[in-house]
Amino acid sequence: MNDLSAKIKQVIDDEPVALFMKGTPQMAMCGNSMRALEALRRAGAPVTAVDILPDPAIRQELSALSGWPTIPQVFVRGELVGGADIVEELAESGELERTLEERLGTDYRGAGEEKTVALI
Amino acid sequence: MATDTLRELLADAFPDATELWVEDRTGTGDHFQVIVASPRFAGLPLIDQHRLVNEALATPLADGTIHELRIKTKGTQ
Repeated sequence: MNDLSAKIKQVIDDEPVALFMKGTPQMAMCGNSMRALEALRRAGAPVTAVDILPDPAIRQELSALSGWPTIPQVFVRGELVGGADIVEELAESGELERTLEERLGTDYRGAGEEKTVALI
Repeated sequence: MATDTLRELLADAFPDATELWVEDRTGTGDHFQVIVASPRFAGLPLIDQHRLVNEALATPLADGTIHELRIKTKGTQ
């Protein structure tokens, strides 16, 4: 495992909710990344966002780790939940909040502020 | 047309599909919405349903034909 791949894995493993997106929460560069972020925000998730755009290698290494070809990608407690369509669908059915409660605890809404992590 | 290619790939992967829809969302041949209804999805978690669609479209996803993909799956009996 190379250095970048190890850094990505560390974010996935350490952050309660990791969102790999195009751009940042303040300036999303893709509609699907924004859709995933908005769905997580509605559920009150403590989002840690990672911008994959600074280097194409980030996306390559991420997809190699997750087996998921597209961006965004959402992980909760180290486990891939899915992309924008899945997160949105789970949010609408209430399942996203149930998943967050199961994996992070029922008080997850107060677990932390939205933040951004840079890999490079 | 890329939509035809995608439809063929999905039809090959889901010969039992009861609904198969591919839409070029932007008219630029790279932003797509696909809808697939198949008994194979029944009882599978959403992420595994989407994995099957991603696998069917692995080539156009990898070679950049698909810039953006929206997926809707339905499990039928």
